[in-house]
Amino acid sequence: MQLQTMAAEKLSPAAPPADAAIAIDDVTLRFVTPDGHMMTAIRDFTMTVARGEFACVVGPTGCGKSTTLNLVTGLLRPTTGNVRVMGNPVTEISRDIGFVFQADALFPWRSVIDNVAAGPLYRGTPKAQAYDRARDWIARVGLARFEKHYPHQLSGGMRKRVALAQTFINQPKILLMDEPFSALDMQTRTAMQDELLGLWSELKSSVVFVTHDLEEAVALADKVYVLTAGPGTVKSVYRIDLPRPRVMADIRYDQKFIEIAKVIWNDLREEVQLGQSRGLQTGH
Amino acid sequence: MTAISPASDQAARATSIVAAEARARARLRRRHALVIGLRLAILIVFLALWELGADYGVIDPFFFSSPSGIWEQIWSWVTEGTSQGPLWLQIYVTLEETFLGFAIGAVGGIAAGIVLGRNKLLADVFSIYIKIANSVPRVVLGSVFIIALGLGMASKVALAVVMVFFVVFANAFQGVREADRAMIANAQILGASPYQITATVIIPSAMSWILASLHVSFGFALVGAVVGEFLGAKQGMGLLISTAQGAFNANGVFAAMIILAVMALVVEFIITRFENYVVKWRPAPFNEQGT
Ligand SMILES: Nc1ncnc2c1ncn2[C@@H]1O[C@H](COP(=O)(O)OP(=O)(O)OP(=O)(O)O)[C@@H](O)[C@H]1O
Ligand SMILES: [Mg+2]
Repeated sequence: MQLQTMAAEKLSPAAPPADAAIAIDDVTLRFVTPDGHMMTAIRDFTMTVARGEFACVVGPTGCGKSTTLNLVTGLLRPTTGNVRVMGNPVTEISRDIGFVFQADALFPWRSVIDNVAAGPLYRGTPKAQAYDRARDWIARVGLARFEKHYPHQLSGGMRKRVALAQTFINQPKILLMDEPFSALDMQTRTAMQDELLGLWSELKSSVVFVTHDLEEAVALADKVYVLTAGPGTVKSVYRIDLPRPRVMADIRYDQKFIEIAKVIWNDLREEVQLGQSRGLQTGH
Repeated sequence: MTAISPASDQAARATSIVAAEARARARLRRRHALVIGLRLAILIVFLALWELGADYGVIDPFFFSSPSGIWEQIWSWVTEGTSQGPLWLQIYVTLEETFLGFAIGAVGGIAAGIVLGRNKLLADVFSIYIKIANSVPRVVLGSVFIIALGLGMASKVALAVVMVFFVVFANAFQGVREADRAMIANAQILGASPYQITATVIIPSAMSWILASLHVSFGFALVGAVVGEFLGAKQGMGLLISTAQGAFNANGVFAAMIILAVMALVVEFIITRFENYVVKWRPAPFNEQGT
């Protein structure tokens, strides 16, 4: 267990401090299922993300990862416990938040530039200014030649870039990402991860990044949350002390990285197996 | 480890691709010509059989008319006018009623569909009444409207409105309900107000449903106007049909029918143009891509 003190330090979950960017304090959330039963999605969930911190969340499918993000946005309300963003209780959708969705959520009837300009326009920025900023962001994600294209005319990787630009243009202090790169091929994903880290270090936002890919989590994060099989709760938290800036294409061959991934995987494996056997039982 | 590169003659490959493309295009053109040719052939055979049948007494032209009889009737209406005034006036009156009814019914249907689609409580409360209203045979309402609103334009417009309203409403409602959750959440987080969400997410995503219903319901509006005229009017294509029917003039009935069909086709063409313009963001179906 020397490793844990070396690079992957296992933290003990504590009550969140008041000034954290995101503080989820002992939250339980139950859904009412269509047949009228109560179904616990997450229970006794505690999580803190400090300002400027990059947190990754891994866990078996259906354990409540997306649900956790939705609690932070205010789209879902906790059944018990409370959620604070930038020190304030979540009552409505905060303007500080940006969200990159698991599914494709671009507006198919808007061209790339109209998609990217959507945020500032919704928030009342004058048109000319909104489009100037949109053009700037499109260039930064490398799509300057595709401003007038519609989403269906782009590849999956390009659409993800548009989604990133659409989110980053609002300069969110809090960035939530739900398996944003899981549909991409290896090379594109590596490039997007580098891009994300670059943008993150520039904006200094606090990030919660959900993924089912443990190596992606270790490569990106300051802190990795491992969740239990549903109903999800935090099983363990690891601090990742790999030096920054990190280069995604190289980090996966780093000895320290491999050791950390191994330690966390041992922890996660039981939950994945548990989740799978449960899924088989209930027929999901 | 060695890298292997495919060694092949680039230039020869390029020319063979060009040739293959040319062959594919020629094949497409030939097929297109074949389809058009077959369509024309069927029309000509059909009209010829009808005409010959009428000439040789297989088909009684008194009941079933004949192409030449229909053509003569249309020609005499065009040159000499109908018993109730010039032909263009009849067409104009019917079109005006149709368009008014169509516009009012469509706008009302879209508005009601969006309001109920966005508000679960209203939808639950009103759905029962809409079901009831929708199950009333609408043509019967024509008689009610004529009694209440008289022989003028209002009764025809009213009938066209009820014909259109329910179709458009049902589609708009469904379209709003099918709007993608993730897309709405995305707009909310990007900062959209409920009004902005309706205007920039809900309505565009319901648009293909709404446009599909506009196609169908224009035909319904025309039926509403014509049936209304049929039941009692001073002017219009429906009255022309009912006059011809009263005089056992099969040529007149068929001629009016054909004029109505042409009117419907022209408007259908315009709506399709409008639809292509409005939803230009939609991917082309695979068989139309690259042509
Ligand atoms: N609106 C809802 N109504 C009822 N149950 C829900 C609802 N949304 C999610 N759930 C349930 O809550 C649990 C957690 O769902 P969630 O989407 O958070 O999982 P996840 O960890 O994101 O999974 P994945 O990795 O597959 O995306 C699941 O069992 C799901 O069935
Ligand atoms: Mg999820």
